Amino acid sequence: MNLDWTALGQVTAVSIGVTVAVVVVFALGVLGLARYEGARYEGARYEGARYEGAKEAGAGDAGGTSALSLAQAGLCFLACAAVVAYGIYLIVPQFH
Amino acid sequence: MGRMDHITFLVAVVIVTALAFDFTNGFHDTANAMATSIATGALKPKVAVVISGLLNIVGAFLSTEVARTISGGIVDDALVSPGMIFAGLVGAILWNLLTWLVGLPSSSSHALFGGLIGAVWVGAGSDGVHFDKVVEKILVPAVASPLVAGVAALLATYLAYKITARSRRKSVEKGFRFGQIASASLVSLAHGTNDAQKTMGVITLTLISAGALGHDAGPPVWVIASAGLAIGLGTYLGGWRIIRTMGKGLTEIESPQGFAAEAASTTVILTSAHLGFALSTTQVCSGGILGAGLGRRLAEVRWGVAGRMVAAWLITLPAAALVGGVSASVVKHGGDFGTAVVALVGAALAAGIVLVSRRNPVSAHNVNDTHEVTIRTEPPARVGTAA
Repeated sequence: MNLDWTALGQVTAVSIGVTVAVVVVFALGVLGLARYEGARYEGARYEGARYEGAKEAGAGDAGGTSALSLAQAGLCFLACAAVVAYGIYLIVPQFH
Repeated sequence: MGRMDHITFLVAVVIVTALAFDFTNGFHDTANAMATSIATGALKPKVAVVISGLLNIVGAFLSTEVARTISGGIVDDALVSPGMIFAGLVGAILWNLLTWLVGLPSSSSHALFGGLIGAVWVGAGSDGVHFDKVVEKILVPAVASPLVAGVAALLATYLAYKITARSRRKSVEKGFRFGQIASASLVSLAHGTNDAQKTMGVITLTLISAGALGHDAGPPVWVIASAGLAIGLGTYLGGWRIIRTMGKGLTEIESPQGFAAEAASTTVILTSAHLGFALSTTQVCSGGILGAGLGRRLAEVRWGVAGRMVAAWLITLPAAALVGGVSASVVKHGGDFGTAVVALVGAALAAGIVLVSRRNPVSAHNVNDTHEVTIRTEPPARVGTAA
């Protein structure tokens, strides 16, 4: 019996690394999406407030934030989709 | 199938038993892929089992590299007779059903290996069992893989909550639920390519040993189709009792945790397969769920349930080996008559277990209602001590 400690170590390192990376990237995507939804919500509230003649300060960059957040979400989810595609590639032997 | 006359009574019984095992395998392991998605509401229970069942069938057809050995070297394949395979399968099926009854996720692979080890030990002597391989291929991965998945899920869960801590909960929950659909589907597909293969390998090697197929023959299409359908049907019918334990019993799961647990399980399964480690999907997924439970601060992990589950993992192999060994000795001394007796007794015990489960059924409708799986009519204080 000879245990392949190197392979075991590799599985451990790769598994933990990939899992944490995928979940962190996905979480950043979710964060972007949540900000985008939040910004739209704030934006709608701001529009309503201006209509009633309220103060304008501090709400000017809502549009910029929202576009940036959406781009962040899109990029992160795309990266995760690529990892899923690689997972399918690994599972299906016909692709090898 | 021009060589049908080679298919003796024993071979026919082995094929039917192998498909029955395949069915219990699917139904025992639905929880691995789908339990957390069902618990967090990412997928409706019925939708989850349909997706999982279909992906299992797809997975069965995808794999061309059929297992050439039944056991991966754990027993001496040259010594294995159809009678021993039959006895081993009986042990594996009964153990799978018993753990399902008490709602404990245990490894179907370990049940199969255990049954085979017991049957070969009795049928061909202890020389037929390679104990060093048992340690290398079963014991070490069984300890290491849930730990690795657990640590990965723990870190990932902690970071996921940290990153999204200041965002709207509703958006976050929704986003991770969406991700869970993808991660759960990957687990199902990987499961189909691995586990249906085992049954195909068992049937194919039985047919070869009976002379119905040439040496080095691959599995005939009807073997692939029936093995795929058996595991898919089992998955579709869903082991709701185990789904409840894995989705609700170990810890209360939220969608970020479910995603982290499934991501960890998928990664561990795929990297191990790539590097040639055999491991139990069940144990990996349970480890991932426990890790995800610990990663969220203040999340409650029910250590009592986790302890019973680990106890079931420890007993799985020897228990299946014991039943396999007893069955093998009956088959060895009783011939076809003994085989029929074992088949009838096994079927009666299986029917009995299913009847007992009816007293307190768990189905798609009530799977998320509570976190306990009970086997008595009145709700008891704790799950039975059968495990």
